[in-house]
Amino acid sequence: MERPLTKNIHLNRPPLDAKEYEMAGGYLAVKKALLKMAPVDVIELIKESNLKGRGGAGFNTGMKWSFVPMGEKAPSTKYLVANADEMEPGTFKDRLLLEGNPHQLLEGMIVAAYAIQANTGYVFLRFAYKEAAKRILQAIKEAYEAGFLGENILGSGFTFHLHLHTGVGRYMCGEETALLNALEGKRATPRAKPPFPQVSGLFGKPTIVNNVETLCNIPHIINNGADWFKSLSHSEDGGTKLYGVSGNVNAPGCWELPMGISMRELIEEYAGGMKEGYKFRGVLPGGASTDFLTELHLDIKMDFKSVSMAGSRLGTGTMIVLDDRTCPVGFVHNLEQFFAHESCGWCTPCREGLPWVEKILWSIEQGKGSLTDLDLLEEQARLLGPGNTFCALAPGAAEPLQSALKYFREDFEQHIHQHKCPYD
Amino acid sequence: MKEDLENKNTTTVGLNEQERTAIDHEVSLVPYPKAACIEALKIVQNNRGWISDEALSAIALYLNMSAAELDSVATFYNLIFRKPVGQHIILLCDSISCWVMGYRVLYNELNKQLNIQFGETSPDGMFTLLPNACLGCCDHAPAMLIDDDLYRDIKPNELESILKKYN
Amino acid sequence: MATLYIDNRPYDVKEGKNLLETCLTLGFDLPYFCWHPAMGSVGACRQCAIKIFKDENDTAGRLVMSCMEPVGKETRISLDHPDAEKFRKSVIEWLMTNHPHDCAVCDEGGSCHLQDMTVMTGHNYRRFEFPKRTYVNQYLGPLINHEMNRCIQCYRCVRFYKDYAGGKDLDVYAAHNHVYFGREKDGILESEFSGNLAEICPTGVFTDKTLKQHYSRKWDFTFAPSVCQHCSLGCNIIAGERYGELRQITSRYNGDVNGYFICDRGRFGYEAANSVDRIYQPALKEENVSLNQEYIINDIAALLSTSNCVGIGSPRASLESNFALQQLVGNGNYYSGWSDEEHRLNKAALNILQNRTAEIVSLKQIEQYDSILILGEDLTNTAPMAALTVRQAVRKKPVENAQQNINLATWHDAALREYIQQRHSDLFILHPHSTKLDEIATQVSYSTPHEIAAKGFTIAAAIDATADQVIDQIATSLLNAQKPLIITGTSLFNEPLLAAAEAIVKALKKRGKQPGIFITQADCNSMGLAMMNVPPLSSAFSKLSDSTLIILETDLYRNLSTEKADEIMNLPKRIIVFDHIKSTTSEKADIKVPVGMFSEADGTIVNNEGRAQRFFQVFVPKNEWLKESWRWLSLLKALKDGKAIDENLSISNIQSTLVEALPQFRGIEDAALSEDFRLNGQKVPRAPHRYSGRTAMLSNENVSEPKPPQDIDSPMSFTMEGYRGIPPSSVTPFFWSPGWNSVQSINKFQIEIGGPLHDGNPGVRLVNSNSSITPIDFEQKTEKISLKEFEWQLVPVYHIFGSEELSAKAPAIAELTPKPYLGLNQYSLAKLNLQENDMATIEHHGRAYQLPVRLRAEINNEVALILFGLPQTAFFVKPVIIKIRPASNGITNNNSKHE
Ligand SMILES: Cc1cc2nc3c(=O)[nH]c(=O)nc-3n(C[C@H](O)[C@H](O)[C@H](O)COP(=O)(O)O)c2cc1C
Ligand code: SF4
Ligand code: FES
Repeated sequence: MERPLTKNIHLNRPPLDAKEYEMAGGYLAVKKALLKMAPVDVIELIKESNLKGRGGAGFNTGMKWSFVPMGEKAPSTKYLVANADEMEPGTFKDRLLLEGNPHQLLEGMIVAAYAIQANTGYVFLRFAYKEAAKRILQAIKEAYEAGFLGENILGSGFTFHLHLHTGVGRYMCGEETALLNALEGKRATPRAKPPFPQVSGLFGKPTIVNNVETLCNIPHIINNGADWFKSLSHSEDGGTKLYGVSGNVNAPGCWELPMGISMRELIEEYAGGMKEGYKFRGVLPGGASTDFLTELHLDIKMDFKSVSMAGSRLGTGTMIVLDDRTCPVGFVHNLEQFFAHESCGWCTPCREGLPWVEKILWSIEQGKGSLTDLDLLEEQARLLGPGNTFCALAPGAAEPLQSALKYFREDFEQHIHQHKCPYD
Repeated sequence: MKEDLENKNTTTVGLNEQERTAIDHEVSLVPYPKAACIEALKIVQNNRGWISDEALSAIALYLNMSAAELDSVATFYNLIFRKPVGQHIILLCDSISCWVMGYRVLYNELNKQLNIQFGETSPDGMFTLLPNACLGCCDHAPAMLIDDDLYRDIKPNELESILKKYN
Repeated sequence: MATLYIDNRPYDVKEGKNLLETCLTLGFDLPYFCWHPAMGSVGACRQCAIKIFKDENDTAGRLVMSCMEPVGKETRISLDHPDAEKFRKSVIEWLMTNHPHDCAVCDEGGSCHLQDMTVMTGHNYRRFEFPKRTYVNQYLGPLINHEMNRCIQCYRCVRFYKDYAGGKDLDVYAAHNHVYFGREKDGILESEFSGNLAEICPTGVFTDKTLKQHYSRKWDFTFAPSVCQHCSLGCNIIAGERYGELRQITSRYNGDVNGYFICDRGRFGYEAANSVDRIYQPALKEENVSLNQEYIINDIAALLSTSNCVGIGSPRASLESNFALQQLVGNGNYYSGWSDEEHRLNKAALNILQNRTAEIVSLKQIEQYDSILILGEDLTNTAPMAALTVRQAVRKKPVENAQQNINLATWHDAALREYIQQRHSDLFILHPHSTKLDEIATQVSYSTPHEIAAKGFTIAAAIDATADQVIDQIATSLLNAQKPLIITGTSLFNEPLLAAAEAIVKALKKRGKQPGIFITQADCNSMGLAMMNVPPLSSAFSKLSDSTLIILETDLYRNLSTEKADEIMNLPKRIIVFDHIKSTTSEKADIKVPVGMFSEADGTIVNNEGRAQRFFQVFVPKNEWLKESWRWLSLLKALKDGKAIDENLSISNIQSTLVEALPQFRGIEDAALSEDFRLNGQKVPRAPHRYSGRTAMLSNENVSEPKPPQDIDSPMSFTMEGYRGIPPSSVTPFFWSPGWNSVQSINKFQIEIGGPLHDGNPGVRLVNSNSSITPIDFEQKTEKISLKEFEWQLVPVYHIFGSEELSAKAPAIAELTPKPYLGLNQYSLAKLNLQENDMATIEHHGRAYQLPVRLRAEINNEVALILFGLPQTAFFVKPVIIKIRPASNGITNNNSKHE
């Protein structure tokens, strides 16, 4: 099984430095793309590979790049941003790439920037990733020294400067347009789309924001081609995927596996199955803002389409397992508390709706709820759905809520009837 | 005729040389000074632990923005501290995987040992305890960050020795 | 044109607007909060949700925010769809989770947009069972009250205050459902437009603090359409009365003049009408007793028929009053009340407009100009609303670029700001000192007034193709602009400035441009007075000895130096002053006759662009003295001529005589509908139909309800009886429409949202630009001023609060008026051996005056700034050369620290 993203990651030693990375075949893609390919060829190749964004939404990356204005009439300043904010609860995949092989990200960014002809790039890194910050800074320094960053890279005439920006908290910063506001030194409230960042992004200039994992795939596609990339996968979405499992399983962790591996394989084999004394009850397949799936769904393929057919989303591909000794109401309450707290306060449904939901859940959890509360929760989950709010935060928050009400309704009712949490 | 406003020498009041140099560098990377305000807040906070009203005004003046505008940004982000904090900041992850894996036990233990709740600073001024959204260590939950040090798979009985390191 | 299907019915609509605007224009009731017609859409509140369908066959549709969706060629939407209705109701429910139930005691109750929208969406049952969030309020100064618990987080306040008006000290703090709107710390709001918050905020967070002192519900007010009297721009206002007292001023929409807003001087200056300085009783100087009406009138009439009479008119009195005085004293005996300088300045302003070299630009039209040069005006303080429109104008070019480059609609507010960033169209400011608009200027430079004028001529020469090729950034920008605009004014008392402005527009014209010109003046009717074409005060001198001098609503001591004014006041045998407010002049008069202020009077004034606008009496004061000056003067004329007194003399009577005698004013009759106009045979009520307490309010005096006063001057009644519906724009006393109690009801009064009012914006332009006239070459006029040792040029600095005579009498404005000072730069201070806050001794006309010194680092070595218009600085009424005593010789000034 090929693991292009993680093959050079060895957790028991520091990441490869620029030299070691080059010796392991690194920066070949930079040489190939910048010296032998036209920007549009790079975009076409990525499009063809069917690489889908790994930040959660799963949009074709090459397609996204192709919306950036090119040519003489295009603005001369453009930006590329790596979204390394990874704050979705239960998600810990980008950390592996950032800490394990920062040069791979840099290489992906250089090629991506070349494809859209951006001369400045940022890594937007969350505050908590202290080790990653050090390693990225070191890698940037080395890449400048090796001539992969800076003016006229490898004599190609292409210039790319890269900066690290570390955040100061707030989950909203991961939303790509809020991220741009944060980078501009503003409150991280989201922006309206359209206009999309591809035409009016950072400082009003065309900008591409890509997830770290998305960008780390780029060098490998350049080196090995679209067909190779597609062949890595078990499904129609190209490539491998970093999958993670957390919760009461025997071996929680994060692995690079073919896109479309089954959920059962992930939980039972890679994560070693449930811990002794714990039974599987459900799972959030792709981070906190995805719908619960249950035992019924264990055999689905973990790719964008299959997970959504099952009623959830692949999201970040990092799952959180709910076991039979953990209270689902408390579980959902914890999630909604997070979302309510992380709402930026810009649009009404999210700002006012989520705290209401959180309060109702808490009163149910404490045995003070009533059955009408469940209808109210269901209604709120519907009202907070996609399109109704300004950005995807609240719809994300609605997903675990609505599915918990569907799959674990009994638990809610027990709280209400027993006037206490049955798991206490 | 005098062109333009005179150079504002007064604007440097309240920031030290080192802070100014660091901020100047950040300003040089962005199209206009204001855009570096989050970096500037971080620089000053790293240096002083928190952002006092005076520090806020000094940074605002230096970046040619109003105190209100800067405070609007500063108060949005939960890791810019507008109140004094202890010498060490404990960020305890309270998000879902850590919650499942027993963060509450950790919290109660911290509570007991330091005698503080979330948002409070220990009486000796050593620790400020804050909740933090997912630290990205879900496979090693529960997790906690003290200053720059990450602790993972924490057992409640390890807390005492961890905290000792900072005393 | 496009077709919009709303719930399956087709409508012809304009493409490119957003759906919310379009639906409101079509008359639909669609709730909203974060959208504002002047500020566009941001999509935050989610209140305006509707369903949109792909095509005829799409029945499911998609929920969208109507404010964020453009009208396409063929768009299908539903407002009534159950999903949309349900969602809109839920939005209110969410907002209400934290909104207090304090409507009964809330200042906004009865004119609250939130109340209206709550009723509109049908939310009436509370399901939220938890405690509400609460906030701490802030002290925001004497104008605006803060009550944050009522906030529904629509973000309109910050968007107006910060984005639209350029304020710095109001912002949004924190996140999620703890967001807070206010200042960083308690303190006085710094923006000159803060009062608009009371109208911008859809609920009772920001309210008019002065109204709080004498509060009334909107439905209990008697209103009248009026025109602001506090500067030359003539912003339209609504004045509200209760219990015989003027209690509130709000903005009155006029799409050509002030749009939706007014400045704080205009909103809060009204309390001059209630000030202790009002003249309520007539008085004879010697006897110092109050006298009865008949006695006084007969006495004056007798005087007038025996002696030679001279009249002095006023730039702050109505055309009708000025004309009535002219009629009374005779054409050759009537003078303007202006000093020679002011006379020349205002004539020059008028001439430029009449010369028709440039487009005469209205206040609101400023926003359409893409390169602006301001020659010696501190707009924020002399013509505040013009500063607000200039702030919008500098967005013109970038907004157009955004449209062209990435197809962004002009209403897409946040996206536009994100795209535009710090870019702005060109704005150049040449002024003696720094001004608030400097921050958005491309280039500013500080110099003496005559240097500014000289620079203006240089620019004109550079533009003029015949001149040598000069590389001048300003000239280049004006030449490259689609619409260049020159703004200047009379505040620096510098005639060459106006000549320079004219030279520039002429040069631009010659180069094939269509330049605009905007000239500000001192008073609300300065242009009207200039158009009357009467000589200045100095010409009256020869006639004054032994005369009877009638002074109309003016304080000579503000227009002339103390010495000059004293000289005039000593010549006549008798001086009669007609005024509503005390002044140095009125206190020196032999006979003082009280008259009505704008709220108690009808009249017409002409603003700086030559637009005649009518203001209407709000209420009939119990004090019978408070009649319009023109009514008094006409009555006196009848007495003097031995004619019968016409009890029913109305404003249109005097207007028709006026336009006959002075044809340049033809058109003023059309500035408002005449008194015999009726709608369905009815008058337009000044009071809302829910007006309460009429039968009770005077019952302490008389239990039988008095007959309501009759209005012979307008088609409006003083009661709630009359025509129900939307009245014509010139006689719209207030904005209200069923279901729309708040000021947002304005939407129902416009032909199209943000466009003209239903039958056109009121007001008539008397001077029209005619661009077909071929330009003439300009003449260079500059003066050279040479200073001796220890001499400085005194240049006036204006402050929005304090520099204008009437508003300065309002307590809230007085609280904000700065202390007088003398501004000098570092060089001058050093030369004088003075430090900040020291007392400087100024020698002028042989007298010595003391003022504390303030460092104004930016100004020229030759300039000394003096705060204009305060009683303490009244001894300087125009730029003069002064001598300042250096501190070293003799007494040290240090021990006389100010404050
Ligand atoms: C509330 C919210 C938080 C998000 N957080 C992240 C994040 O931490 N990292 C990330 O890559 N994408 C995040 N996203 C998705 C981004 O908006 C964006 O879609 C993504 O960065 C695009 O990258 P991709 O095309 O490579 O997937 C978030 C979205 C929302 C609505
Ligand atoms: S204070 Fe008023 S205007 Fe501002 S956000 Fe709140 S409700 Fe809106
Ligand atoms: S008015 Fe449309 S979202 Fe607020």
